[in-house]
Amino acid sequence: MARKVVITGLGATTPIGGDVPTMWKNALKGVSGAHTLEDDWVAKYELPVHFAARASTPATEVLSRVEAKRMDPSTQFAVVASREAWADAGITDIDHDRLAVAFATGIGGVWTLLDAWDTLREKGPRRVLPMTVPMLMPNGPAAAVSLDLGARAGAHTPVSACASGTEAVHMGLDLIRSGKADVVVCGGAEAAIHPMPIAAFASMQALSRRNDDPEHASRPYDRDRDGFVMGEGAGALVLEAEEHALARGARIYAELAGTSVTADAYHITAPDPEGLGATRALKAAMFDGRIQAEDVVHVNAHATSTPVGDKPEYTALKAALGSHVDNVAVSATKSQMGHLLGASGAVEAVLTVMAVYDRKAPVTINLENQDPEIPLDVVTSERALPGGSIVALSNSFGFGGHNAVIAVRSV
Amino acid sequence: MASNEEILAGLAEIVNEETGLAPEAVELDKSFTEDLDIDSISMMTIVVNAEEKFGVRIPDEEVKNLKTVGDAVSFIANAQA
Repeated sequence: MARKVVITGLGATTPIGGDVPTMWKNALKGVSGAHTLEDDWVAKYELPVHFAARASTPATEVLSRVEAKRMDPSTQFAVVASREAWADAGITDIDHDRLAVAFATGIGGVWTLLDAWDTLREKGPRRVLPMTVPMLMPNGPAAAVSLDLGARAGAHTPVSACASGTEAVHMGLDLIRSGKADVVVCGGAEAAIHPMPIAAFASMQALSRRNDDPEHASRPYDRDRDGFVMGEGAGALVLEAEEHALARGARIYAELAGTSVTADAYHITAPDPEGLGATRALKAAMFDGRIQAEDVVHVNAHATSTPVGDKPEYTALKAALGSHVDNVAVSATKSQMGHLLGASGAVEAVLTVMAVYDRKAPVTINLENQDPEIPLDVVTSERALPGGSIVALSNSFGFGGHNAVIAVRSV
Repeated sequence: MASNEEILAGLAEIVNEETGLAPEAVELDKSFTEDLDIDSISMMTIVVNAEEKFGVRIPDEEVKNLKTVGDAVSFIANAQA
Protein backbone atom coordinates (compact mmCIF):
# COMPACT_ATOMS: atom_id res chain seq x y z
CA MET A 1 0.00 0.00 0.00
CA ALA A 2 1.49 3.32 -1.14
CA ARG A 3 2.02 6.03 1.45
CA LYS A 4 -0.91 8.42 1.54
CA VAL A 5 0.05 12.02 0.81
CA VAL A 6 -1.87 15.04 2.07
CA ILE A 7 -1.72 18.77 1.45
CA THR A 8 -1.14 20.88 4.56
CA GLY A 9 0.08 24.25 3.29
CA LEU A 10 -0.80 26.60 0.42
CA GLY A 11 0.83 29.73 -1.00
CA ALA A 12 0.34 31.89 -4.08
CA THR A 13 1.18 35.21 -5.62
CA THR A 14 -0.85 35.89 -8.75
CA PRO A 15 -2.48 38.59 -10.90
CA ILE A 16 -5.66 38.27 -8.81
CA GLY A 17 -4.12 38.22 -5.35
CA GLY A 18 -0.75 38.33 -3.64
CA ASP A 19 -1.69 35.56 -1.20
CA VAL A 20 -4.05 32.57 -1.10
CA PRO A 21 -6.94 34.20 0.85
CA THR A 22 -7.05 37.19 -1.55
CA MET A 23 -6.69 35.02 -4.66
CA TRP A 24 -9.41 32.61 -3.50
CA LYS A 25 -11.86 35.42 -2.65
CA ASN A 26 -11.33 36.93 -6.11
CA ALA A 27 -11.43 33.54 -7.87
CA LEU A 28 -14.91 32.92 -6.45
CA LYS A 29 -16.06 36.42 -7.36
CA GLY A 30 -14.61 36.50 -10.88
CA VAL A 31 -12.21 39.35 -11.57
CA SER A 32 -9.70 40.06 -14.32
CA GLY A 33 -6.01 40.52 -13.61
CA ALA A 34 -5.24 41.62 -17.19
CA HIS A 35 -4.40 45.25 -17.87
CA THR A 36 -2.70 47.45 -20.44
CA LEU A 37 1.08 47.48 -19.98
CA GLU A 38 2.43 50.94 -19.23
CA ASP A 39 6.06 50.03 -20.00
CA ASP A 40 7.89 52.13 -22.59
CA TRP A 41 9.15 48.95 -24.30
CA VAL A 42 5.68 48.15 -25.63
CA ALA A 43 5.82 51.13 -28.02
CA LYS A 44 9.60 51.03 -28.44
CA TYR A 45 9.52 47.53 -29.95
CA GLU A 46 6.09 48.02 -31.55
CA LEU A 47 4.81 44.88 -29.81
CA PRO A 48 1.60 43.54 -31.33
CA VAL A 49 0.25 42.79 -27.83
CA HIS A 50 -0.12 45.68 -25.36
CA PHE A 51 -1.39 43.94 -22.23
CA ALA A 52 -0.70 41.17 -19.74
CA ALA A 53 -1.69 40.01 -16.25
CA ARG A 54 0.95 41.22 -13.82
CA ALA A 55 1.23 39.91 -10.26
CA SER A 56 -1.10 42.09 -8.17
CA THR A 57 1.55 42.46 -5.43
CA PRO A 58 5.09 43.00 -6.75
CA ALA A 59 7.51 40.58 -5.08
CA THR A 60 9.81 43.52 -4.34
CA GLU A 61 7.14 44.83 -1.94
CA VAL A 62 7.31 41.59 0.07
CA LEU A 63 11.03 40.76 -0.01
CA SER A 64 13.81 42.96 1.33
CA ARG A 65 15.74 45.01 -1.22
CA VAL A 66 18.92 42.99 -0.73
CA GLU A 67 17.09 39.65 -1.00
CA ALA A 68 15.31 40.72 -4.17
CA LYS A 69 18.50 42.02 -5.78
CA ARG A 70 20.06 38.55 -5.80
CA MET A 71 17.04 36.81 -7.31
CA ASP A 72 15.52 36.77 -10.76
CA PRO A 73 11.85 37.87 -10.62
CA SER A 74 10.77 34.24 -11.13
CA THR A 75 12.73 33.19 -8.04
CA GLN A 76 11.32 36.13 -6.09
CA PHE A 77 7.78 34.86 -6.79
CA ALA A 78 8.81 31.31 -5.82
CA VAL A 79 10.17 32.45 -2.47
CA VAL A 80 7.12 34.61 -1.71
CA ALA A 81 4.68 31.75 -2.44
CA SER A 82 6.70 29.05 -0.69
CA ARG A 83 7.10 31.15 2.47
CA GLU A 84 3.34 31.58 2.61
CA ALA A 85 2.78 27.84 2.10
CA TRP A 86 5.39 26.95 4.72
CA ALA A 87 3.93 29.32 7.30
CA ASP A 88 0.44 28.04 6.47
CA ALA A 89 1.52 24.42 7.12
CA GLY A 90 2.80 25.45 10.54
CA ILE A 91 5.61 22.88 10.67
CA THR A 92 7.83 23.79 13.59
CA ASP A 93 9.79 20.57 14.03
CA ILE A 94 11.21 18.94 10.92
CA ASP A 95 14.08 16.65 9.99
CA HIS A 96 15.55 18.82 7.25
CA ASP A 97 17.19 15.77 5.64
CA ARG A 98 13.63 14.52 4.95
CA LEU A 99 12.37 17.81 3.46
CA ALA A 100 12.56 18.15 -0.36
CA VAL A 101 11.71 20.81 -2.92
CA ALA A 102 10.19 20.32 -6.39
CA PHE A 103 9.82 23.78 -7.87
CA ALA A 104 9.19 24.25 -11.56
CA THR A 105 9.49 27.00 -14.10
CA GLY A 106 8.68 27.06 -17.77
CA ILE A 107 11.35 29.47 -18.94
CA GLY A 108 13.62 30.32 -16.00
CA GLY A 109 15.44 33.60 -15.45
CA VAL A 110 14.61 35.28 -18.74
CA TRP A 111 14.84 38.83 -17.33
CA THR A 112 18.30 38.14 -15.91
CA LEU A 113 19.53 36.46 -19.10
CA LEU A 114 18.40 39.25 -21.39
CA ASP A 115 19.45 42.07 -19.05
CA ALA A 116 22.92 40.54 -18.91
CA TRP A 117 23.03 40.30 -22.71
CA ASP A 118 22.09 44.00 -22.95
CA THR A 119 24.80 44.85 -20.40
CA LEU A 120 27.39 42.84 -22.30
CA ARG A 121 26.60 44.60 -25.56
CA GLU A 122 26.35 48.10 -24.08
CA LYS A 123 29.04 48.05 -21.38
CA GLY A 124 31.24 45.02 -21.99
CA PRO A 125 31.93 41.76 -20.11
CA ARG A 126 33.32 43.40 -16.95
CA ARG A 127 29.88 44.85 -16.16
CA VAL A 128 28.04 41.51 -16.42
CA LEU A 129 27.11 40.85 -12.78
CA PRO A 130 28.71 37.89 -10.98
CA MET A 131 25.25 36.77 -9.79
CA THR A 132 24.05 36.38 -13.39
CA VAL A 133 24.45 32.58 -13.63
CA PRO A 134 22.73 31.63 -10.36
CA MET A 135 19.96 34.11 -11.18
CA LEU A 136 19.24 32.90 -14.71
CA MET A 137 19.48 29.12 -14.17
CA PRO A 138 16.09 27.40 -14.35
CA ASN A 139 16.74 25.60 -11.06
CA GLY A 140 17.10 29.04 -9.41
CA PRO A 141 13.59 28.99 -7.86
CA ALA A 142 14.02 25.43 -6.49
CA ALA A 143 17.48 26.24 -5.17
CA ALA A 144 16.33 29.45 -3.49
CA VAL A 145 13.38 27.71 -1.81
CA SER A 146 15.64 24.89 -0.63
CA LEU A 147 18.10 27.40 0.79
CA ASP A 148 15.35 29.45 2.40
CA LEU A 149 13.67 26.48 4.16
CA GLY A 150 16.75 24.33 4.72
CA ALA A 151 15.39 21.53 2.53
CA ARG A 152 18.15 18.97 2.12
CA ALA A 153 16.39 15.93 0.61
CA GLY A 154 16.94 17.27 -2.91
CA ALA A 155 15.81 20.37 -4.81
CA HIS A 156 14.28 19.44 -8.16
CA THR A 157 13.14 21.41 -11.19
CA PRO A 158 10.74 19.70 -13.58
CA VAL A 159 10.62 21.67 -16.83
CA SER A 160 7.80 20.84 -19.25
CA ALA A 161 6.64 24.25 -20.51
CA CYS A 162 3.10 25.00 -19.34
CA ALA A 163 2.77 21.58 -17.66
CA SER A 164 5.78 22.25 -15.39
CA GLY A 165 3.87 23.37 -12.27
CA THR A 166 1.61 20.32 -12.34
CA GLU A 167 4.58 18.05 -13.02
CA ALA A 168 6.24 19.46 -9.88
CA VAL A 169 3.23 18.35 -7.81
CA HIS A 170 3.44 14.93 -9.48
CA MET A 171 7.11 14.74 -8.58
CA GLY A 172 6.36 15.77 -5.00
CA LEU A 173 3.92 12.88 -4.65
CA ASP A 174 6.53 10.46 -6.01
CA LEU A 175 9.23 11.73 -3.62
CA ILE A 176 7.03 11.01 -0.61
CA ARG A 177 5.57 7.72 -1.86
CA SER A 178 9.01 6.37 -2.72
CA GLY A 179 10.25 7.24 0.76
CA LYS A 180 12.82 9.81 -0.37
CA ALA A 181 11.17 12.56 1.68
CA ASP A 182 8.42 13.03 4.28
CA VAL A 183 7.57 16.60 3.36
CA VAL A 184 7.89 18.34 -0.04
CA VAL A 185 7.43 21.98 -0.91
CA CYS A 186 6.34 21.91 -4.54
CA GLY A 187 5.16 24.53 -6.96
CA GLY A 188 5.99 26.62 -9.97
CA ALA A 189 7.06 30.18 -10.73
CA GLU A 190 7.20 32.32 -13.84
CA ALA A 191 8.12 35.92 -14.62
CA ALA A 192 8.21 36.27 -18.39
CA ILE A 193 6.30 39.50 -19.03
CA HIS A 194 9.28 40.80 -20.98
CA PRO A 195 9.20 42.13 -24.56
CA MET A 196 11.08 39.15 -26.03
CA PRO A 197 8.76 36.34 -24.82
CA ILE A 198 5.75 38.53 -25.69
CA ALA A 199 7.13 38.99 -29.22
CA ALA A 200 7.90 35.26 -29.49
CA PHE A 201 4.50 34.03 -28.27
CA ALA A 202 2.80 36.66 -30.46
CA SER A 203 4.85 35.52 -33.43
CA MET A 204 3.44 32.00 -33.10
CA GLN A 205 -0.08 33.50 -32.93
CA ALA A 206 -0.62 32.20 -29.39
CA LEU A 207 -1.54 35.51 -27.72
CA SER A 208 -4.83 37.37 -27.73
CA ARG A 209 -4.64 40.72 -29.56
CA ARG A 210 -7.65 42.27 -27.89
CA ASN A 211 -5.57 45.35 -27.09
CA ASP A 212 -8.56 47.66 -26.65
CA ASP A 213 -10.17 45.42 -24.01
CA PRO A 214 -7.57 43.46 -21.97
CA GLU A 215 -10.00 42.50 -19.17
CA HIS A 216 -12.11 40.54 -21.69
CA ALA A 217 -9.22 39.06 -23.71
CA SER A 218 -8.84 35.74 -21.85
CA ARG A 219 -12.05 33.89 -22.69
CA PRO A 220 -11.63 30.11 -22.60
CA TYR A 221 -14.43 28.16 -24.31
CA ASP A 222 -15.90 31.34 -25.79
CA ARG A 223 -16.62 31.30 -29.52
CA ASP A 224 -14.58 34.50 -29.96
CA ARG A 225 -11.43 33.44 -28.08
CA ASP A 226 -8.29 34.51 -29.92
CA GLY A 227 -5.34 33.43 -27.76
CA PHE A 228 -4.01 33.44 -24.22
CA VAL A 229 -2.97 36.33 -22.00
CA MET A 230 0.51 36.32 -20.43
CA GLY A 231 0.44 36.09 -16.64
CA GLU A 232 3.10 35.84 -13.95
CA GLY A 233 3.48 34.70 -10.36
CA ALA A 234 3.88 31.49 -8.39
CA GLY A 235 1.97 28.82 -6.54
CA ALA A 236 3.29 26.54 -3.79
CA LEU A 237 1.96 23.55 -1.86
CA VAL A 238 3.29 21.69 1.16
CA LEU A 239 2.82 17.95 0.61
CA GLU A 240 3.22 15.69 3.59
CA ALA A 241 3.13 11.97 4.28
CA GLU A 242 -0.19 11.42 6.02
CA GLU A 243 1.38 9.82 9.09
CA HIS A 244 3.74 12.80 9.42
CA ALA A 245 0.83 15.25 9.27
CA LEU A 246 -1.31 13.25 11.70
CA ALA A 247 1.55 12.92 14.19
CA ARG A 248 1.80 16.67 14.51
CA GLY A 249 -1.95 17.27 14.46
CA ALA A 250 -1.79 19.29 11.25
CA ARG A 251 -4.72 20.92 9.51
CA ILE A 252 -5.19 18.79 6.37
CA TYR A 253 -6.73 20.51 3.33
CA ALA A 254 -7.10 17.42 1.16
CA GLU A 255 -5.44 14.26 -0.06
CA LEU A 256 -3.27 14.33 -3.16
CA ALA A 257 -4.80 11.09 -4.36
CA GLY A 258 -3.16 10.52 -7.73
CA THR A 259 -1.08 12.15 -10.42
CA SER A 260 0.29 11.31 -13.84
CA VAL A 261 2.42 12.60 -16.66
CA THR A 262 2.28 11.51 -20.30
CA ALA A 263 3.69 12.74 -23.61
CA ASP A 264 1.81 13.10 -26.91
CA ALA A 265 4.74 12.34 -29.24
CA TYR A 266 2.57 14.01 -31.85
CA HIS A 267 3.80 17.57 -32.58
CA ILE A 268 6.16 20.01 -30.91
CA THR A 269 3.46 22.62 -30.21
CA ALA A 270 0.08 21.51 -31.57
CA PRO A 271 -2.06 19.41 -29.21
CA ASP A 272 -3.09 16.01 -30.49
CA PRO A 273 -6.53 16.85 -31.99
CA GLU A 274 -7.98 13.67 -30.52
CA GLY A 275 -6.49 14.47 -27.10
CA LEU A 276 -5.07 10.95 -26.80
CA GLY A 277 -2.10 11.92 -24.61
CA ALA A 278 -4.34 14.00 -22.35
CA THR A 279 -6.84 11.15 -22.12
CA ARG A 280 -4.11 8.74 -21.07
CA ALA A 281 -2.91 11.23 -18.46
CA LEU A 282 -6.42 11.64 -17.03
CA LYS A 283 -7.03 7.89 -16.91
CA ALA A 284 -3.62 7.24 -15.36
CA ALA A 285 -4.11 9.86 -12.63
CA MET A 286 -7.54 8.40 -11.83
CA PHE A 287 -6.14 4.87 -11.77
CA ASP A 288 -3.28 6.05 -9.56
CA GLY A 289 -5.76 7.52 -7.08
CA ARG A 290 -8.27 4.60 -7.33
CA ILE A 291 -10.85 7.08 -8.62
CA GLN A 292 -14.04 6.25 -10.53
CA ALA A 293 -15.45 8.77 -13.01
CA GLU A 294 -18.50 9.24 -10.73
CA ASP A 295 -16.25 10.44 -7.89
CA VAL A 296 -15.14 13.49 -9.90
CA VAL A 297 -17.20 16.63 -9.25
CA HIS A 298 -14.90 19.41 -10.45
CA VAL A 299 -12.14 20.02 -13.00
CA ASN A 300 -9.77 22.96 -13.08
CA ALA A 301 -9.15 22.88 -16.82
CA HIS A 302 -5.99 23.87 -18.63
CA ALA A 303 -8.19 25.97 -20.98
CA THR A 304 -5.84 28.74 -22.09
CA SER A 305 -8.28 30.50 -24.47
CA THR A 306 -6.49 29.60 -27.69
CA PRO A 307 -8.67 28.62 -30.66
CA VAL A 308 -6.92 25.24 -31.10
CA GLY A 309 -6.16 24.28 -27.49
CA ASP A 310 -9.48 24.29 -25.68
CA LYS A 311 -11.34 21.64 -27.67
CA PRO A 312 -8.97 18.63 -27.42
CA GLU A 313 -9.16 18.95 -23.62
CA TYR A 314 -12.92 18.51 -23.84
CA THR A 315 -12.41 15.47 -26.05
CA ALA A 316 -10.01 14.03 -23.48
CA LEU A 317 -12.32 14.74 -20.52
CA LYS A 318 -15.17 13.04 -22.36
CA ALA A 319 -13.00 10.02 -23.15
CA ALA A 320 -11.80 9.71 -19.55
CA LEU A 321 -15.06 10.47 -17.71
CA GLY A 322 -17.60 9.13 -20.23
CA SER A 323 -21.13 10.48 -19.92
CA HIS A 324 -20.31 11.64 -16.37
CA VAL A 325 -18.46 14.57 -17.97
CA ASP A 326 -21.84 16.37 -18.17
CA ASN A 327 -22.11 16.32 -14.36
CA VAL A 328 -18.71 17.88 -13.68
CA ALA A 329 -18.33 21.57 -12.79
CA VAL A 330 -15.49 22.88 -14.97
CA SER A 331 -13.57 26.06 -14.13
CA ALA A 332 -11.19 27.84 -16.50
CA THR A 333 -9.37 30.13 -14.09
CA LYS A 334 -6.97 31.44 -16.75
CA SER A 335 -9.95 33.59 -17.76
CA GLN A 336 -9.20 35.62 -14.62
CA MET A 337 -5.43 35.55 -14.20
CA GLY A 338 -4.13 34.77 -17.68
CA HIS A 339 -1.64 32.02 -18.34
CA LEU A 340 1.16 31.77 -15.79
CA LEU A 341 3.04 29.29 -18.02
CA GLY A 342 5.26 27.12 -15.79
CA ALA A 343 3.52 28.48 -12.69
CA SER A 344 -0.01 27.89 -13.96
CA GLY A 345 -0.28 24.26 -12.88
CA ALA A 346 0.93 25.07 -9.38
CA VAL A 347 -1.49 27.97 -8.91
CA GLU A 348 -4.32 25.86 -10.33
CA ALA A 349 -3.37 23.04 -7.95
CA VAL A 350 -3.79 25.51 -5.09
CA LEU A 351 -7.19 26.55 -6.49
CA THR A 352 -8.21 22.89 -6.88
CA VAL A 353 -7.27 22.10 -3.29
CA MET A 354 -9.21 25.17 -2.11
CA ALA A 355 -12.22 24.07 -4.20
CA VAL A 356 -12.25 20.65 -2.50
CA TYR A 357 -11.59 22.10 0.96
CA ASP A 358 -14.07 24.97 0.71
CA ARG A 359 -16.50 22.97 -1.49
CA LYS A 360 -16.84 25.78 -3.99
CA ALA A 361 -15.80 25.97 -7.65
CA PRO A 362 -14.10 29.15 -8.88
CA VAL A 363 -15.53 31.25 -11.64
CA THR A 364 -14.86 31.38 -15.39
CA ILE A 365 -15.25 34.93 -16.67
CA ASN A 366 -15.79 36.28 -20.20
CA LEU A 367 -17.86 33.32 -21.38
CA GLU A 368 -20.46 35.11 -23.50
CA ASN A 369 -21.10 32.65 -26.33
CA GLN A 370 -19.95 29.17 -25.41
CA ASP A 371 -18.32 27.29 -28.28
CA PRO A 372 -20.99 24.71 -29.28
CA GLU A 373 -18.23 22.18 -29.90
CA ILE A 374 -17.27 22.33 -26.20
CA PRO A 375 -20.51 21.59 -24.34
CA LEU A 376 -18.96 21.43 -20.85
CA ASP A 377 -20.78 22.58 -17.72
CA VAL A 378 -18.64 25.69 -17.24
CA VAL A 379 -18.87 27.45 -13.87
CA THR A 380 -19.64 31.13 -14.51
CA SER A 381 -20.82 32.14 -11.05
CA GLU A 382 -19.78 30.83 -7.63
CA ARG A 383 -21.02 27.29 -7.27
CA ALA A 384 -21.18 24.95 -4.29
CA LEU A 385 -19.69 21.48 -4.68
CA PRO A 386 -21.47 18.47 -3.11
CA GLY A 387 -20.80 17.06 0.37
CA GLY A 388 -19.41 13.60 1.04
CA SER A 389 -16.21 12.27 -0.47
CA ILE A 390 -15.37 14.28 -3.60
CA VAL A 391 -12.55 14.40 -6.13
CA ALA A 392 -11.34 17.29 -8.29
CA LEU A 393 -8.88 17.10 -11.18
CA SER A 394 -6.49 19.71 -12.53
CA ASN A 395 -5.01 19.42 -16.02
CA SER A 396 -1.96 21.08 -17.54
CA PHE A 397 -0.54 20.70 -21.02
CA GLY A 398 2.70 22.11 -22.37
CA PHE A 399 4.47 22.73 -25.65
CA GLY A 400 6.43 19.61 -26.38
CA GLY A 401 3.34 17.44 -25.95
CA HIS A 402 3.53 17.28 -22.14
CA ASN A 403 0.35 16.30 -20.27
CA ALA A 404 0.12 16.37 -16.49
CA VAL A 405 -2.90 15.69 -14.28
CA ILE A 406 -3.42 15.72 -10.53
CA ALA A 407 -6.37 14.36 -8.58
CA VAL A 408 -7.32 15.87 -5.21
CA ARG A 409 -9.69 14.06 -2.82
CA SER A 410 -11.54 15.52 0.16
CA VAL A 411 -10.62 14.22 3.62
CA MET B 1 40.04 63.02 -7.78
CA ALA B 2 38.23 62.01 -4.65
CA SER B 3 39.58 62.32 -1.11
CA ASN B 4 39.95 59.19 1.03
CA GLU B 5 36.86 60.27 2.97
CA GLU B 6 34.88 60.57 -0.24
CA ILE B 7 36.09 57.17 -1.44
CA LEU B 8 35.11 55.59 1.89
CA ALA B 9 31.67 57.19 1.75
CA GLY B 10 31.19 56.05 -1.87
CA LEU B 11 32.34 52.53 -1.04
CA ALA B 12 30.00 52.39 1.97
CA GLU B 13 27.13 53.33 -0.31
CA ILE B 14 28.01 50.52 -2.76
CA VAL B 15 28.32 47.98 0.09
CA ASN B 16 24.97 49.11 1.49
CA GLU B 17 23.32 48.75 -1.92
CA GLU B 18 24.68 45.20 -2.34
CA THR B 19 24.35 43.81 1.19
CA GLY B 20 22.01 46.09 3.12
CA LEU B 21 24.73 46.79 5.73
CA ALA B 22 24.46 50.24 7.31
CA PRO B 23 26.97 52.62 5.63
CA GLU B 24 28.44 53.56 9.03
CA ALA B 25 29.40 49.89 9.59
CA VAL B 26 31.78 50.14 6.64
CA GLU B 27 34.92 51.37 8.43
CA LEU B 28 38.55 51.40 7.29
CA ASP B 29 39.75 48.60 9.60
CA LYS B 30 36.87 46.24 8.80
CA SER B 31 37.59 43.03 6.88
CA PHE B 32 35.20 42.42 3.99
CA THR B 33 34.92 38.69 4.73
CA GLU B 34 35.52 38.40 8.50
CA ASP B 35 33.72 41.52 9.76
CA LEU B 36 31.24 42.41 7.02
CA ASP B 37 30.42 38.80 6.02
CA ILE B 38 30.65 39.61 2.30
CA ASP B 39 30.93 36.55 0.05
CA SER B 40 33.07 36.39 -3.09
CA ILE B 41 30.19 37.01 -5.47
CA SER B 42 29.10 40.13 -3.58
CA MET B 43 32.73 41.23 -3.43
CA MET B 44 33.02 41.04 -7.23
CA THR B 45 29.80 43.03 -7.60
CA ILE B 46 31.16 45.67 -5.21
CA VAL B 47 34.46 45.80 -7.15
CA VAL B 48 32.73 46.29 -10.50
CA ASN B 49 30.46 48.98 -9.07
CA ALA B 50 33.46 50.72 -7.49
CA GLU B 51 35.29 50.67 -10.83
CA GLU B 52 32.36 52.47 -12.46
CA LYS B 53 31.87 54.95 -9.62
CA PHE B 54 35.53 55.94 -9.26
CA GLY B 55 36.64 55.49 -12.87
CA VAL B 56 39.41 53.03 -12.01
CA ARG B 57 40.30 49.48 -12.98
CA ILE B 58 40.73 46.89 -10.20
CA PRO B 59 42.33 43.79 -11.77
CA ASP B 60 40.86 40.43 -10.69
CA GLU B 61 44.23 39.31 -9.26
CA GLU B 62 44.27 42.43 -7.09
CA VAL B 63 40.88 41.74 -5.49
CA LYS B 64 42.22 39.04 -3.14
CA ASN B 65 44.65 41.61 -1.68
CA LEU B 66 41.82 43.95 -0.73
CA LYS B 67 41.20 42.37 2.68
CA THR B 68 39.94 45.44 4.51
CA VAL B 69 37.88 48.45 3.54
CA GLY B 70 41.07 50.50 4.08
CA ASP B 71 42.93 48.35 1.50
CA ALA B 72 40.24 49.12 -1.05
CA VAL B 73 40.22 52.85 -0.27
CA SER B 74 44.04 53.02 -0.65
CA PHE B 75 43.97 51.04 -3.90
CA ILE B 76 41.31 53.28 -5.41
CA ALA B 77 43.09 56.47 -4.24
CA ASN B 78 46.39 55.29 -5.81
CA ALA B 79 44.68 54.20 -8.99
CA GLN B 80 43.11 57.62 -9.34
CA ALA B 81 46.41 59.44 -8.69
